[in-house]
Amino acid sequence: MNWILLIEQTLNGLQLGLLLFLLAAGLTLVFGIMDLVNLAHGSLYMVGAYFAATFTAWTGSFVLAVVLTLPATLLVGAVVEIVCLRTLYDRDHLDQVLATFGLILFFNELVRLVWGPAGLSVPLPEFLSSSLELAPGLIYPSYRLAIIIASLLAAFFLYWLVARTRIGMLIRAGASNREMVGALGVNIRFLFTIVFGLGAALAGLAGLMAAPISTVEIGMGENVLILAFVVIVIGGIGSIRGAFVSALLIGLIDTVGRAFLPDVIGGFFDDEFADAAAPALASMSIYLLMAVILAFRPEGLFSARNG
Amino acid sequence: MQMIRVGFIGLVMLALAVVPVVANAIDEPFYVSLFTRMLVLAIAASSLNLVLGYGGMVSFGHAAYLGLGSYVVGIGFYHAANDGMDWALNGWLHLALAVVIPGMAALLIGAISLRTRGVYFIMITLAFSQMLYYFFIGLERYGGDDGLSLWYLSDFGDVMDLNDDSQLYYLAYGLLVLVLFTLYRLVNSRFGMVVRGAKSNERRLMAVGFPTYRYRLVAFGISGAICGVAGFLMANQSEFVSTSEMHWVHSGDLIVMVVLGGMGTLFGPVLGAVGFLMLEQYLPELMEGVCHIIGGESCGIAGEYWKMVFGPLLILIVLFARGGIDGLLQGKVGRNV
Amino acid sequence: MSEALTIEGLVKQFGGLTATDHLSLSVTQGEVHAVIGPNGAGKTTLIGQLTGEITPDAGTIRFAGRDVTGLAVHRRSMLGLARSFQITNVLADFTARANVALAVQAHQGHSFRFWRKAATDPRLIGPAEEHLATVGLADRADVTASSLSHGEQRQLELAMALATRPAMLLLDEPMAGMGPEDSARMVEILKRLKGELTILLVEHDMDAVFALADRITVLVYGRAIATGAPEQIRNDPDVRAAYLGEETGDA
Repeated sequence: MNWILLIEQTLNGLQLGLLLFLLAAGLTLVFGIMDLVNLAHGSLYMVGAYFAATFTAWTGSFVLAVVLTLPATLLVGAVVEIVCLRTLYDRDHLDQVLATFGLILFFNELVRLVWGPAGLSVPLPEFLSSSLELAPGLIYPSYRLAIIIASLLAAFFLYWLVARTRIGMLIRAGASNREMVGALGVNIRFLFTIVFGLGAALAGLAGLMAAPISTVEIGMGENVLILAFVVIVIGGIGSIRGAFVSALLIGLIDTVGRAFLPDVIGGFFDDEFADAAAPALASMSIYLLMAVILAFRPEGLFSARNG
Repeated sequence: MQMIRVGFIGLVMLALAVVPVVANAIDEPFYVSLFTRMLVLAIAASSLNLVLGYGGMVSFGHAAYLGLGSYVVGIGFYHAANDGMDWALNGWLHLALAVVIPGMAALLIGAISLRTRGVYFIMITLAFSQMLYYFFIGLERYGGDDGLSLWYLSDFGDVMDLNDDSQLYYLAYGLLVLVLFTLYRLVNSRFGMVVRGAKSNERRLMAVGFPTYRYRLVAFGISGAICGVAGFLMANQSEFVSTSEMHWVHSGDLIVMVVLGGMGTLFGPVLGAVGFLMLEQYLPELMEGVCHIIGGESCGIAGEYWKMVFGPLLILIVLFARGGIDGLLQGKVGRNV
Repeated sequence: MSEALTIEGLVKQFGGLTATDHLSLSVTQGEVHAVIGPNGAGKTTLIGQLTGEITPDAGTIRFAGRDVTGLAVHRRSMLGLARSFQITNVLADFTARANVALAVQAHQGHSFRFWRKAATDPRLIGPAEEHLATVGLADRADVTASSLSHGEQRQLELAMALATRPAMLLLDEPMAGMGPEDSARMVEILKRLKGELTILLVEHDMDAVFALADRITVLVYGRAIATGAPEQIRNDPDVRAAYLGEETGDA
């Protein structure tokens, strides 16, 4: 086995997992606290990426773009919550699914109207465009390392916010017992808007960080949204800790699986079959993991609800 | 009101029956393919309606069964064209497998998904359909990302020729009628009562002695099988098989059709599919026209960005007219709870 | 005298709270056995464990001579253990007849019958209408359950339980939320069933309990503090102290 490749792929998996976590964290909070299915969460990821593209072009600085994008996506999230989602909390899940599905169509067209149908690309920031030699022979792009570090910082921030602050206490209480928080006389509408905006900002952060290493295009949030769903299902709805663990798990399995499954299958079957089946099977691996976990723990690994 | 409703539905079914005749008479063959698509999606939406409308299961993965049905045709074609396996083009075989394989897939996926409720169920059906989507993208041999163009369609020998658009249309029409009749019997049978009862109050049903899980599971399997028939037709209609039809966003379209037409009513999904494709086809022109009438400039843009209207329109329908088209025909304005 | 239902050493805890505390209880074939107790005594938890919705932490439940402690909800129903719910729990968008017909259907073998219309099947409709008549709803058969009055919904609830041809009824506060008139009617209906069926009755309405019960068990904090004939219970000093004193005061 090629150790350098394995470490490299593990780092890639970590990076994917952390991005998924940023996306899933907001989503799982919204599920847990508002009991809302938000299909449009992927749109916020997309909007984050587009903002990053525009702000980078305006200011010429990726760092400035980051600074501008975060509050901008937070604002978009808050507006969406106030204008549209607020009316959906008391509706059944089907209504929520349909309405947020409508939001996806809306956002896709809005983006097409504002930024045009062609995809954009965001240049790597100058100071992160090189590679670092982590160990002899192990060269890794510094931008990807920066993603890992920034995501970890965001995760720590989130942990601090939820575990150590008053608003975090309310969020935790809300995730396990909604009625109770309402009964405490907390301004629940404001709390919801804050949580949703926070989730939007995290999704935006994921989108903006992904922007330089992928194409910024319409619909870019749609596939990654499903991955975030898988993360949440495995982690347990409403649990940030669960989202963290399962996001890393999924990032690693997906990345490492795609890299090594062809070799593994090639060891058992002939090359032709391995070449044909391996990519298909590798892309199924995380869903099969989900199926297995659900078969034993339908509530996910860490359920926030204790009742 | 009931008279209007029955009359309207009868009229729609009748109008659908003469589409090829009219289209050929006015020399607009395009309409045959547009309306074939409507029939195909009407079958798919009807299959979803069994679980969503009658069973209360919000399956967000029905595009997968549609895709599986179409890949039966695609894979059969591939082997007939490349390996000389002529039997793999047999239409009856295609039709049978397009029922069995998506049905089995639905049973498997349902077996896991139905152990969960609510939000979980939605996300899990979504995730599994996306799994199948990626599975077929990974299958380079059958076109992968690019899909497969079909040079030959399903072969029904002397019985019918699907290359003839009218014959394909009437096959779709016949299958739709068959599906609707089957669903009618199904939802009114003892089995149907249990499925509908479980939607209304599952806890109560268990208390009187029904193991509701297996009834829901069988309904889910039947739904997948019927959806596979739609996939079979879709492949033959578009003469192309690709993963893009399996993408989860299309599952969303199917849900929209069911709700747009009217959930839990027999003809609702048919009206929904027709309405959905009509909107898709004519909303751009309509918007452009309205734009011209009110004297706007550069109205091309209005036509181009029709989905910006479509999205919010959808939201409004959901929030204010849950009965859908069928509900409006019954005179129920507002939500039917 | 044979026992229809025997509970031995039943324990259920929720977190730190003991809802059922080493409870033993037996219901004799054919009797109406009432379980009373102040709020929070664990009556609903007891019903939940008897029907199978709640799994006990310890102890056994025997019904009709077999251990049903681990049996699923629908399997117990099949054995002849029927229940009514404390909060009205019918199929709101079905007619009264269809509600009962479904309950009848549940006990006519499996329902994987896909073709024949259920709504006109005499094997379902006949018994369904009989049971509706038993509870006095014969002329309301075509009304949607959600349009029935509260009292009528409780009667429908009972008809559904009867339709499963039970050997024993678990009635969870059948008079809950009823006015005196409706209560009196329900007592009349239950009186007629007395003798045909074994009934475990959980109820707050003391008039109803003393009118119907052959024996009464008093539950306090998940434990049975007394079991006996109504007169015995009425005069039991422990019961009076723990419970009846305050209840009879406002009754």
